[in-house]
Amino acid sequence: MSDTNLLRTPLHGLHLELGAKMVPFAGYEMPVNFPGGIIAEHRQCRERAALFDVSHMGQLRLVGDDAAAALETLVPVDVVDLPVGKQRYALFTNASGGILDDLMIARREKDLFVVVNAACKAADIKHLITHISHRCQVIPLPDRALLALQGQHAVHALQRLAPDVEKLTFMTGGTFTLAGAECFVTRSGYTGEDGFEISVPADAAVALARALLAQPEVKPAGLGARDTLRLEAGLCLYGHDINETTTPVEAGLTWAIQKVRRPGGARAGHYPGADKIAGQLAAGAQIKRVGLIGLERIPVREGATLVDAQGHKLGHVTSGTLAPTVNQPIAMAYLAANHAVINHEVYADVRGKRQPMRVTPMPFVPPGYYRG
Amino acid sequence: MTTMFTPDHEWINIEDHEAAVVGITLHAQDALGDVVFVELPEVGRTYKRGEVVGVVESVKAAADVFMPVEGEVVEVNEALRADPSLANKDPMGNGWFFKVHVTHMEQFDELMDPPAYDKLLKTL
Repeated sequence: MSDTNLLRTPLHGLHLELGAKMVPFAGYEMPVNFPGGIIAEHRQCRERAALFDVSHMGQLRLVGDDAAAALETLVPVDVVDLPVGKQRYALFTNASGGILDDLMIARREKDLFVVVNAACKAADIKHLITHISHRCQVIPLPDRALLALQGQHAVHALQRLAPDVEKLTFMTGGTFTLAGAECFVTRSGYTGEDGFEISVPADAAVALARALLAQPEVKPAGLGARDTLRLEAGLCLYGHDINETTTPVEAGLTWAIQKVRRPGGARAGHYPGADKIAGQLAAGAQIKRVGLIGLERIPVREGATLVDAQGHKLGHVTSGTLAPTVNQPIAMAYLAANHAVINHEVYADVRGKRQPMRVTPMPFVPPGYYRG
Repeated sequence: MTTMFTPDHEWINIEDHEAAVVGITLHAQDALGDVVFVELPEVGRTYKRGEVVGVVESVKAAADVFMPVEGEVVEVNEALRADPSLANKDPMGNGWFFKVHVTHMEQFDELMDPPAYDKLLKTL
């Protein structure tokens, strides 16, 4: 497949060499899977280690003494107190409390290192420039690739390239020389497993990917497995499970709003939609994101309507698949708050037939994060 | 020709016209990826040509299964229902979907023969 309108990552040639099936995704031509297929790649990641190219995502730096305080005007998250070397999940909100994008922020000695979603990156950069470029420098990093090495054996593979990476714990980061290139490595990811995300100069990305793929634990994996892995891990996919109409409270992401930014906190509010979100923090939301497990072995996918036993509409599914590790249909959905109760049973409309599903705590699989 | 193909990437083998075998093609299973679920038609029911008679779902997508020619479904592949990955491993053999009693032979003749289907695949 070759579409001249699609962008390519620095690893494009390597993907083709490895036999990847390429698909359009967020304006890029990306590998959805390699010859082994999605299920094999999913298991590879859960059991050993998988290497993902996520270079389509947006990387940027925010530079200046005021950068953290400036960024706090756009996210309901504590950035000011984030220590050097730590990473934190955050959300850009809009005036009605909806989510414009979700992002990762790492505090480094001289800047904040930010990773945003591929489909949102142009809008995010514009958003940052419009609202905070008078307070700090907003520097996109299009010359860097991003690799994700994920799985319980990821640390063993990466250690052979840089022994000290084992000292990192979940949601921390540091600078390491990997395959001759200076990389910023965080111990985090989007699979529910232990693992690393590696920001590498674009011109060194292929050499690093080859060095990682040469490790006996590691095989390449594509966006298909990344999606099934993150769904089992209970992690939201922007544009599906969260969007500009869902608030962090409705999405069950209140854990991402630290006390200091909540009503009564030292730096409460002063971000877009703060009033709406404060109201929901106090009174609860009308709808809630939940996890569902299908009681029949029939996949329930995005868009399926959820109803009660009388057929009244209760909500809809935002992501769903037959989960390779759980080996049952799983889904994320929004439900009316009074039905968003663990073990509550609802029905999904699949091609006109009602499939029973049970509200289930997330993640669907035990997390493998390394907390030290 | 005893095996013909549809533009929806199904095949039908008419060696026995009272129980012609229908499945998805090698290309179809490759495009779908790992097949994890199939919904098969009702045995004893007659379907029109082009009618949706089932579903094939992979980890990442769902696709309809269409009736290639009008006829009564006389058997479905229970082994495929139990192990949908047969559609990946052996799409033209053990991964068959259902058997149909073909009554309108002219509909069979209107399908694509192997060279015509190969030609279609080259345009994709």
